[in-house]
Amino acid sequence: MSSRDIVFASVRRALGVTGAEAPRRQEVDGRIAGHPRGVIPQRAQLPPAERLDLFKRMVLAAAGTLDHLQDAAVVPEAVAAYLRARNLPPALLRGADPRLADLPWHLQPTLDVWIGASDGRQLVGLSHAFAGIAESGTVVMLSGPDNPSTLNLLPDYHLVVVQAADVAGDYETVWDRVRAAYGPGEMPRTVNWITGPSRSADIEQTLLLGAHGPRSLHVLLVGEPG
Amino acid sequence: MSSPSEKRPPSVGLFVTCLVDTIRPGIGFAAAQLLAQAGCEVDVPRQTCCGQPAFNSGDRITTRALAEQTIAAFETFDYVVVPSGSCAGMIKTHYPELFVGEPDWMPRVARFCAKVHELMAFLVDVRGLRAVAARYDGTVTYHDSCSGLRELGVHDQPRLLLQSVEGLELREMADADVCCGFGGTFCVKYPDISGAIVEKKAANVIASGADTLLAGDLGCLMNMAGKLQRMGREVAVRHVAEVLAGTGTAPAIGMARREGGT
Amino acid sequence: MSVHITSPAFKENAKKALADAPLQSALSKVGPGFIGRRTAAAGLLPEFDALRDSARDIKNHTLAHLDLYLERYETKVRAAGGHVHFAVDAAEARDIVTDICRRLGAKTVTKGKSMVSEEIGLNDHLAACGIEPVETDLGEYLIQIRGEAPSHIIAPAIHLNKDQVEADFRRVHAHLPPERNLSEPTALLAEARGELRQRFLQADVGITGANFLVAETGTSIIVTNEGNGDLTQTLPKAHIVLASLEKLVPTLEDVSQLLRVLARSATGQEMSVYTTFSTGPRRPEDVDGPGEYHVVILDNGRSGMLAGQLREMLRCIRCGACMNHCPVYHAVGGHAYGWVYPGPMGAVLTPSIIGIEKGANLPNASTFCGRCEEVCPVRIPLPKLMRHWREKEFERHLTPAPQRFGLGVWSFFARRGWLYRPATRLAMWGLSRLGWRAGRFSTLPLAGGWTRHRDFPAPEGDTFQAQWHARKAKRGQE
Repeated sequence: MSSRDIVFASVRRALGVTGAEAPRRQEVDGRIAGHPRGVIPQRAQLPPAERLDLFKRMVLAAAGTLDHLQDAAVVPEAVAAYLRARNLPPALLRGADPRLADLPWHLQPTLDVWIGASDGRQLVGLSHAFAGIAESGTVVMLSGPDNPSTLNLLPDYHLVVVQAADVAGDYETVWDRVRAAYGPGEMPRTVNWITGPSRSADIEQTLLLGAHGPRSLHVLLVGEPG
Repeated sequence: MSSPSEKRPPSVGLFVTCLVDTIRPGIGFAAAQLLAQAGCEVDVPRQTCCGQPAFNSGDRITTRALAEQTIAAFETFDYVVVPSGSCAGMIKTHYPELFVGEPDWMPRVARFCAKVHELMAFLVDVRGLRAVAARYDGTVTYHDSCSGLRELGVHDQPRLLLQSVEGLELREMADADVCCGFGGTFCVKYPDISGAIVEKKAANVIASGADTLLAGDLGCLMNMAGKLQRMGREVAVRHVAEVLAGTGTAPAIGMARREGGT
Repeated sequence: MSVHITSPAFKENAKKALADAPLQSALSKVGPGFIGRRTAAAGLLPEFDALRDSARDIKNHTLAHLDLYLERYETKVRAAGGHVHFAVDAAEARDIVTDICRRLGAKTVTKGKSMVSEEIGLNDHLAACGIEPVETDLGEYLIQIRGEAPSHIIAPAIHLNKDQVEADFRRVHAHLPPERNLSEPTALLAEARGELRQRFLQADVGITGANFLVAETGTSIIVTNEGNGDLTQTLPKAHIVLASLEKLVPTLEDVSQLLRVLARSATGQEMSVYTTFSTGPRRPEDVDGPGEYHVVILDNGRSGMLAGQLREMLRCIRCGACMNHCPVYHAVGGHAYGWVYPGPMGAVLTPSIIGIEKGANLPNASTFCGRCEEVCPVRIPLPKLMRHWREKEFERHLTPAPQRFGLGVWSFFARRGWLYRPATRLAMWGLSRLGWRAGRFSTLPLAGGWTRHRDFPAPEGDTFQAQWHARKAKRGQE
């Protein structure tokens, strides 16, 4: 008997089942196919304008920073201003996301924009979020060449573009969008929910920002809710 | 007010608990007096222990025997009232666990347990008492004993009644709802840990500046009184029923009795 | 070190802990910090208690169908290009991990915080196989360089103060300038970040635990604040997930319910900083991510727990709220418990894994104050389950002899009211005479444990029952 068989036999013995019971199988199939939502907090069910306000408040509450821009066209300008204000060199690394590629970077001629995954040597990373989540001020990042996961983690400053129209109230809405994009039961290799910059309280429970991941998380929120 | 019959006063069987029976009978008399004030006919059937020490030591057989004994002694009353959250909790919330799967017993136990109440909860929630006619000149702080608080929801009731006591000022301490470290047999099995926990409780009592510490469980009271006295503190420690019944002038727990005292 | 069990010596461990001034100072911060933050976070979410019910129900449903969800999960992981390995016990799990590391020629592995790794004693085993394990969670790193075990399941180094950390860093990071200033926690954090950044980039294999496994998608989830677990699993050639089998949940919606209670119960955050959902190895088009993805599913006694009351313990999501609210944990800290899992959850789980013979102290070392159950996000009746172990201990005659004897004498009388009443009357009469003057005793035979720390009040005199019935008889005569 393989270890797998031993474990399954032991689980089934303890549960008093064979594993062949049709009603149990139906129950499990039904739950996965139906993926019922449970309790959704009231605060995650606000109308669009209030939802966006909540998202902004929650990003700040998680020690993130945020610029609300009316148009994606001003993102390069806002990025350049962000770097200047912090005395950072005018350079950043981003993925191949067309929504980032299509921005008017040429309007910021002094800004060096590199494309690819991070090897840990870049101070600033720029990503495009798949979604924002208002109830906790979370940004949702999907792995892939468009937005490599290393950009979420290695640079000291992580800048994230979030379309206001992509800000959902709750997590469940985002899962529906992931299913719509990838198919039921399918996921990109990595989904990162990021809520504020990296932190640790492991030394005397003193909360310090910038443990291993970015010391700063800056959200560039673009437009108004659709 | 609700009582099974408006014609006659409800009958209450007072389960005093073994600690009150042996160490501080005054609490039993105070409880009986409060119950009489609340319009009840009180009696005290022959009793020993609710079985909690055995239950928490894993001895189900003894626990079951004591539960049967207690049920038989008290089930004819309209109500069973206990001046202790932990013993009331033992009976009300844990007796049913002892009879699971026994159809002969379960309805009987359920009927019985429905009649069981901790004293403060009974006075306020069942009898609708809102005030007592008592006087106590002192600043008191109240410790929420764990079982009463978490198993039975005893929190506001004693405070409500204490507010009606003339001359009494209630001053809350920090962490009033944190365990005092008594824990029944815990304090003898792990005396050093229990000692460390009650030391923190005593520090909170002292920091409150109250001259009197009240609670609803004699076990906790003995533990906290013993610690405060070992530390040489003058805080008077009493059961809340004693103050509410106006017998708060008797020597406090662990204090010397006056010559010729009761 | 992590498999070394000192639970049988709990009392001695506790005594040492109580006398350890730096430890006591560190422990004094546990309650105020964690409890206040959890209370605040729960207060900000009106649906918190409803979510706890939902979390409990999801776990109950999953456990009742665990075989089927495991099958589904396994199928999905394989479909995503990952590997699932089942381990019956700790030794098998260690071997699976080292085999993967050896095949890949791994010299160093980075590790995200994993209690299962502690449970199976993985670090010692890797080191013995010539593979260097590098803990990357700051707390785990601190205890690794000290050769200690974690003292808390979410804050492994909570027993340390910053002076101890500074001394350790000066000892271990000897290549750094000795005159550097490490007096502030920020400097210590910066140094750890710098040291570990290189290790992240060098590592051949990354090992993490899993907070949850999702059957619907074959996804493993880790929750961190530092980002260390995410770097651990993203940068090396292979990512190995260590998970015990009860981590399964059916769907992404279900895990979202559980995540809403996890961080709030643990640290009082609305959400942890990084919640990372991983499904298989890097895809052909990916520009980063691990080339291999392995999940080791550990049983180690858990399947047996499904059969009885202890199934409820398998709902645990390892938030640490029970120990954060436990007066005994506050007094002695986590190491006193003598194995990997401390506090109330450890008091129930540990005997299931190491056996009640070795773990008997743990379920006994509780005042049953009930605060753990009150805050548990999945509503595990921890006191009831500790009592379950006490019953097993009693049934198997493992209860210490003096305790069993005392209980026997007491129950002999308590079950015989006609003997109990005269016996207690006589005893109380005697004690009240002896204690008449002082009102209390500072020493008392057979009660040394009590009177070592506190006085014992002298009884008032005659028993309540005797007085009541005497008065009643008198009233009857009148």
